[in-house]
Amino acid sequence: MTLLAPSPYRVDAGGYYGPFGGAYVPEMLYPNVEELRDNYLRIIDDPEFQREFTQLLTDYVGRPTPLFLAQRLSAEIGTTIYLKREDLCHTGAHKINNALGQILVAKRLGKQRIVAETGAGQHGVATATACALMGLECIIYMGEIDIERQKPNVDRMRMLGAKVVPAKSGSKTLKDATNEAMRHWISNPTDTHYIIGSVVGPHPYPDMVARFQSIISAETISQLLQQTGRATPDFMLACVGGGSNAAGAFYHYLDEPNVRLVAAEAAGQGVTSGHSAATTALGKPGILHGASTILMQTEDGQVTEPYSISAGLDYPGIGPQHAQLFATGRAEFLSITDKQALDAAFQLSRLEGIIPALETAHALACLPLIGAKKDDVVVVCLSGRGDKDLATYTKHLDEYSA
Amino acid sequence: MNRLTSLFQHKTTDVLNVYFTAGFPQLGDTVPILKALQDAGADLVEIGMPYSDPVADGETIQRSNQQALENGMTVATLFEQLQGIRQQGITVPILLMGYLNPVVQFGVEKFCQQCQAVGVDGLILPDLPLEVYAREYQPLFAQYGLQVVFLVTPQTSAARVRQLDALADGFIYLVAAAGTTGAQTDMNADVDAYLSRTKALGLRNPTLVGFGISDAASFAAASRHTTGAIIGSAFIRLLQSTPASERPAAIQEFVAGIRPMANLA
Ligand SMILES: Cc1ncc(COP(=O)(O)O)c(C=O)c1O
Repeated sequence: MTLLAPSPYRVDAGGYYGPFGGAYVPEMLYPNVEELRDNYLRIIDDPEFQREFTQLLTDYVGRPTPLFLAQRLSAEIGTTIYLKREDLCHTGAHKINNALGQILVAKRLGKQRIVAETGAGQHGVATATACALMGLECIIYMGEIDIERQKPNVDRMRMLGAKVVPAKSGSKTLKDATNEAMRHWISNPTDTHYIIGSVVGPHPYPDMVARFQSIISAETISQLLQQTGRATPDFMLACVGGGSNAAGAFYHYLDEPNVRLVAAEAAGQGVTSGHSAATTALGKPGILHGASTILMQTEDGQVTEPYSISAGLDYPGIGPQHAQLFATGRAEFLSITDKQALDAAFQLSRLEGIIPALETAHALACLPLIGAKKDDVVVVCLSGRGDKDLATYTKHLDEYSA
Repeated sequence: MNRLTSLFQHKTTDVLNVYFTAGFPQLGDTVPILKALQDAGADLVEIGMPYSDPVADGETIQRSNQQALENGMTVATLFEQLQGIRQQGITVPILLMGYLNPVVQFGVEKFCQQCQAVGVDGLILPDLPLEVYAREYQPLFAQYGLQVVFLVTPQTSAARVRQLDALADGFIYLVAAAGTTGAQTDMNADVDAYLSRTKALGLRNPTLVGFGISDAASFAAASRHTTGAIIGSAFIRLLQSTPASERPAAIQEFVAGIRPMANLA
């Protein structure tokens, strides 16, 4: 199951996934990226690293996260639904898996300072948490608009001792926070490590982040086996901003053609509304944040400003591995509107007593759309909890009150 | 002969390269500014193709990029503007500088063709990695007579500097200190050591220093161990603060002020 033989869906020796991936970085970042590229596998494969990482995931994050059979939701949709409860991770989302993995790498590279970008603030909180735990300085770039709409997470980051810097350029959201974090790294090349929050950026980031998130599907395999007698579901569903929770949820199933991989993208107000973040529906191949991938752009190659109700999906690209999964047809990409996501969030809250993150709600909204039969086993990666989105949910409470 | 080659054959010290963003402050300003820079005595000119996400650039150039895009500047529009300049007395060597994605979307071969047609001499594409250039683009650039410039930073290893030097044929762009464009670099002992260390490598290409060069003092310090220097953000700030009518005179004065000794000679 963990066989990592040559696969068209996994990174090759040159850092590519088919035509996607690579490291399109200015020379100023070359030494940093090279240092990471030349060392990440050696560091991660070291038994001492694995021991420390696994122990943190167990004792600090609270892993393994449960795989929960959602019976009332299953009855409502008419299939068999398991929720992989990443929302129960310490800090409330899957992002902590990656933040801890990378901070252990950063320490082994002798870095003293951490810089990161954040959209919904979940990655920022996870990174600030990891920095507090390890005693490293932490600087988080966050789009000015996201600072407003994800205020609780901004306060959490500050409480954890991180410096939150507003990204004021461009669309003032995740893409621009990523630009600012990269600029910070350019200006501080020797003592700083950049903890990218998703499977985006130059090689080796997409692969490294996917490895740290692969615990999601590794646990799913053994939990499913225990609960159902089979290791593979019929469907694996996850939302895709950059795509890290999806990359982790898909990781050990990539080369299992019987598992249908479904990725939920944010359609915002509708794919053709002009206010959308549905990257595969609207994008074309190009280069964004150091990788060849699929991105939303104008005919002139300018990156389009995306829109989604969910700050974590408000990104004009996807990770290069997802671009390859899309291009090869290995994964299906569904566009989910703000409204569909809200419906799904309220549905899960009322049927299962779980308030999901807005990002996660996009994955849940795929459930009625995939044609799953009653006995099919469907796993949804419940990437995060909805506390941070309460202000948005509250605005819509009346619409969902009987 | 490529205009860059002939420039560096004739001039080996105090070469001044000025950067400005195409379509800024107004869409139609590209060629008038180019002409004013030539008249003022700039040795070569780097025209920036604006991009929505210029990660290697600081605030000043970010803003000029954004303004140019709002003005409607595109790669296609830039080529229309540059059409015929070589017939109209523009002889200064010209580099286009920009990020890879707009070039890829335009079509790399078509882009090179257009460069040759309007008389562009070289390219600086900071996020085009050396390896990808060698693998995919080198023959194409050569076919259309385009020289390529690579960046080197204080963190670049000597071995990599040699690799970059082997593949570059315009000049080597020495980034003065770790940072994005427009950073306030003081030309301190560290920078001086880095520049003289690079000089000692005996590179085959000329070297120009950029990032944070803004006036006569920083230009002189940067040029001590190199072929010359590049001014970008400081020139953009001048364009921002000067009314269009006063621009030619202001550009004249700005360029003259960078090399006061040269003007006395
Ligand atoms: C709960 C949650 N899910 C998903 C995402 C999207 O990120 P990714 O696509 O990398 O999993 C975020 C990002 O902030 C998030 O907070």
